[in-house]
Amino acid sequence: MYNVKCDVAIIGGGPAGLAAAIAAREEGAENVLILERDNALGGILQQCIHPGFGLTRFKEELTGPEYYGRFVDRAKELGVNYMLNTMVLQVNHDANEITCTSSQYGLTRVQAGSIVLAMGCREKTRASIMVPGTRPAGLYTAGSAQRLVNRQNIMVGKKVVILGSGDIGMIMARRMTLEGAQVVMVVELMDYLAGLTRNRVQCLDDFNIPLKLAHTITRIEGNERVTGVWVAPVDEKKQPVKELEQFVECDTVLFSVGLMPENELTRKAGIQINPITNGPAVNQYMQTSAPSVFACGNVVHVNDLVDNVSQESTRAGKYAARYAMGKLNKAEKTVACVTGTNVRYLCPQKIDVSAENETVSLWFRVLQPQLGVKLVATCGDEIIAQQKEFRVNPGEMNHIVLETAKLTGDTVTVQVVKED
Amino acid sequence: MKKEIICTVCPRGCRIMVEGEGDTILSVEGYTCKRGLEYASAEFAHPVRILTTTVRIAGIDNDLLPVRSTRPVPKEKVLDCMDVIRKVEVSLPISRYDVVAADICGTGVDIVATKAMEK
Amino acid sequence: MLKTDVVVIGAGAVGCAVARELSKYQVDVIVVDKNEDVGGDASKSNSAIIHTGYDATPGTLESQLVVAANPMYDELVRDLDVPFAKVGAILPAITDEQFAKLPEIKEKAFRNHVYDVEYKTAEELLAMEPNLNPAVKGGLYIPRESIIDPFILVQAYAENAYANGVRFLLNTKVTGIRTEDGRVRSVETSGEEIETHWVINCAGLYCDEIAEMVGKAEYKVVARKGQFFILDKNTSCQVNHIVLPIPTKITKGKLMCPTIHGNMLVGPTAEDQDSKVDKSTTAEGLASITADVRNLIPNVNVRDTITQYSGLRPNRNPEGLHFDIWEDLEGYVNLSGVRSTGLTLSVAMGKYVVQQMQYHGAGFVLKENFISRRKGIVKFSECTLEEQEALVSENPLYGNVICRCETVTEAEILDAIHRPLGARSVDAIKRRVRAGMGRCQGGFCGPKVIEILARELGCAPTDINKNNAGSHMVTGTTR
Repeated sequence: MYNVKCDVAIIGGGPAGLAAAIAAREEGAENVLILERDNALGGILQQCIHPGFGLTRFKEELTGPEYYGRFVDRAKELGVNYMLNTMVLQVNHDANEITCTSSQYGLTRVQAGSIVLAMGCREKTRASIMVPGTRPAGLYTAGSAQRLVNRQNIMVGKKVVILGSGDIGMIMARRMTLEGAQVVMVVELMDYLAGLTRNRVQCLDDFNIPLKLAHTITRIEGNERVTGVWVAPVDEKKQPVKELEQFVECDTVLFSVGLMPENELTRKAGIQINPITNGPAVNQYMQTSAPSVFACGNVVHVNDLVDNVSQESTRAGKYAARYAMGKLNKAEKTVACVTGTNVRYLCPQKIDVSAENETVSLWFRVLQPQLGVKLVATCGDEIIAQQKEFRVNPGEMNHIVLETAKLTGDTVTVQVVKED
Repeated sequence: MKKEIICTVCPRGCRIMVEGEGDTILSVEGYTCKRGLEYASAEFAHPVRILTTTVRIAGIDNDLLPVRSTRPVPKEKVLDCMDVIRKVEVSLPISRYDVVAADICGTGVDIVATKAMEK
Repeated sequence: MLKTDVVVIGAGAVGCAVARELSKYQVDVIVVDKNEDVGGDASKSNSAIIHTGYDATPGTLESQLVVAANPMYDELVRDLDVPFAKVGAILPAITDEQFAKLPEIKEKAFRNHVYDVEYKTAEELLAMEPNLNPAVKGGLYIPRESIIDPFILVQAYAENAYANGVRFLLNTKVTGIRTEDGRVRSVETSGEEIETHWVINCAGLYCDEIAEMVGKAEYKVVARKGQFFILDKNTSCQVNHIVLPIPTKITKGKLMCPTIHGNMLVGPTAEDQDSKVDKSTTAEGLASITADVRNLIPNVNVRDTITQYSGLRPNRNPEGLHFDIWEDLEGYVNLSGVRSTGLTLSVAMGKYVVQQMQYHGAGFVLKENFISRRKGIVKFSECTLEEQEALVSENPLYGNVICRCETVTEAEILDAIHRPLGARSVDAIKRRVRAGMGRCQGGFCGPKVIEILARELGCAPTDINKNNAGSHMVTGTTR
């Protein structure tokens, strides 16, 4: 067995892993090692050739490859080590040990001072949302199709229906159109857009692609290749109105119906998972229930902006380095983050309060779209932070900033309330 | 002519009504910030888009080079640009921001590689 | 024109089991199937259970074959390297009415010579199956009900038959059977015509159409659709046994059981239909499964589903499993009504068919060099760390994981493609090594599998099908 030792081992070389690696080096960890299963660093951004990245971090609009390219350059400059085509099979946090495999090195044991989980997320499938019908060729998740079209030089179809108005779905609508396919329509179950408005304008409206809000695919037809789908409007209970069902001819269906943090390794390692985010529960250092294991990016909760992933992962890398060097702040107590009105989840789920005052951002998603609101964080009876928002929307993450010195109680509650 | 423009400057997505003719803008209503006003006016008179796509790499069938326009191109020229880019073929190695098609469709905008690729 | 002694029509469980049994003899055999892969239709979409026959109709051929088949599996799965587990079944009675039926069921098992069915108290059942409906009154335990990988079983029969000289003509549809002077002469196909002494109709769903070709249309196949859910290996509410409902007069009902690979299987429906191709799932069907299974396992979480599928049982009208050889048509063997017990009884049916042929003058002579064993594809994910290490050092492609969900390596995929009767399609890969069978359903590995198939088969990605002709995965190149 090949043996490797490092200070910080990072599982995943996408935007989260890269930012964590850079931060860990910058914090002083000598030997930082990225384990990446693909044949190159960059993760999903390699196939995200469209612009829209970096507006927060770099104050300019970059494409996916440019965005991760900057991180790869920096990581190489700092001497971050990486192993490509390497699949992690198991994480043992008691021994701070990772078992992985690759064609080049065979089975490998990595000993680390701390571990950062940065495996990202995966797409929900046609089956996970139970769309009935046949099982022909021509059904793809939007991300798989994106990989084929943008990275493998393969066109997946000619006449396309897209289910789900998430960003990847809309971006694929434009991409397929530019490559000569006909995108018949984008179908969205909710009565609001799942992705960003700008994508609706630039990916759908620009090409006159119809967006069917409050509709769903009720059935898929075709035995060998897809021949079409049945599309129906839905009622208030999201149940299809059968009488209004219509047949839409197509040879391809792309599913953009949500993402799920990919936590097989995390679960196998016995690390605590939050049932709402489906990611590990973390504190503000992005530290999981296993003290030597940190996590960041979409493996923790699905983000909508890579800039946020980078920011959060920078934190994970920094504190993972501190942990490996024995310099992480000692917690005096732990405060639980509690979801209040119209808050679906909070991340981090807990805050370690130490002698040093820290500024902590609590990220969250709302349950329902709402106009003219106030985000309020309370500890006991005391409001410790609040801010106004013109609009909140489940498709866009929000955050509220607070000071740990103000956390006098055992819990902090975040809620979204109508502004008076 | 009156046109509703959904502002894409920030996630707020204001619906801005612009009235005018060609370059002349008569009225703009519904914006909530200065950037929105500027965006809606520009989008009404001269809508532009950053174009991103891929180009073929000589001798390689199962990989592509991602590319972008250095600046936004006029929206109505996007499909013409695609027709040109579809015929471009590059040889490796290539560096990030190497020009793969200069002055695409007479727009004065270059199409450049967004990633470096080794041979 | 090809020449052979026996043509087997259909490469499903029964066809391949018959072919394997015949391959023990000095006889030339060709298996013909319209599909691109062995595995049949009904044989690849069922509940993957090896039954005991406790609930068969006593005295029937079906009862005789299922009851005989079950004990054969220990040796069969060892010889053919097929994943199999004797998990046992329980039959919990939830209502008093169901409870009252238990003696009748046990007595029927007795009449089927299944003597090891035992009563269990509610406490015992809840200890065996903690997620069982706590209202359970008691029930039966059927220890030899087992689970198997149905795809591998059929592949194993076929690969072993192939190793013993049987030829397989896939993508080949039987279009006619020529008879002359009251005996079979040849089989006409979409490919070459095959001159033969014997024809064995193992065509399952299509066995009535084949029988019609020789004028023996004495029955009609009635496709009975069964819809299923497969749940994620991580689903919160699991079972350890095959949990069966007490059957009603109308239906055997819907069950929940583990699969041999650690998923949960829930279903099936039973819906008679005219079409032999419509394998669509329906919202109503899936909803009925959920509703029914909740009576047994109240907390079953169908939201953890990773796929839904349906299969068509080749029932027949008039009902029942039939074996026919007609005096006025020498060389023709007909099997019909091979339904949900078909997978189980396949091994016994192979032996039954060959013995019947001997009775009818076949005069087959045993080979001396029959190869009884077949080695399956080594599963990297099921190896110990030491074994994994050895595999990778011997072949570095075992280090390249292609399917993340099921941890399937490139070496396994190459084995699936290059072994005899190897995979030629995305689904064929999936059924051999489980790449794409996990929770992402091929989202990650699908693009890679297409690339590997095209590379290994020396064709373009556009030539790669999901399964049969016409099911192309992709339509062209971008550039």
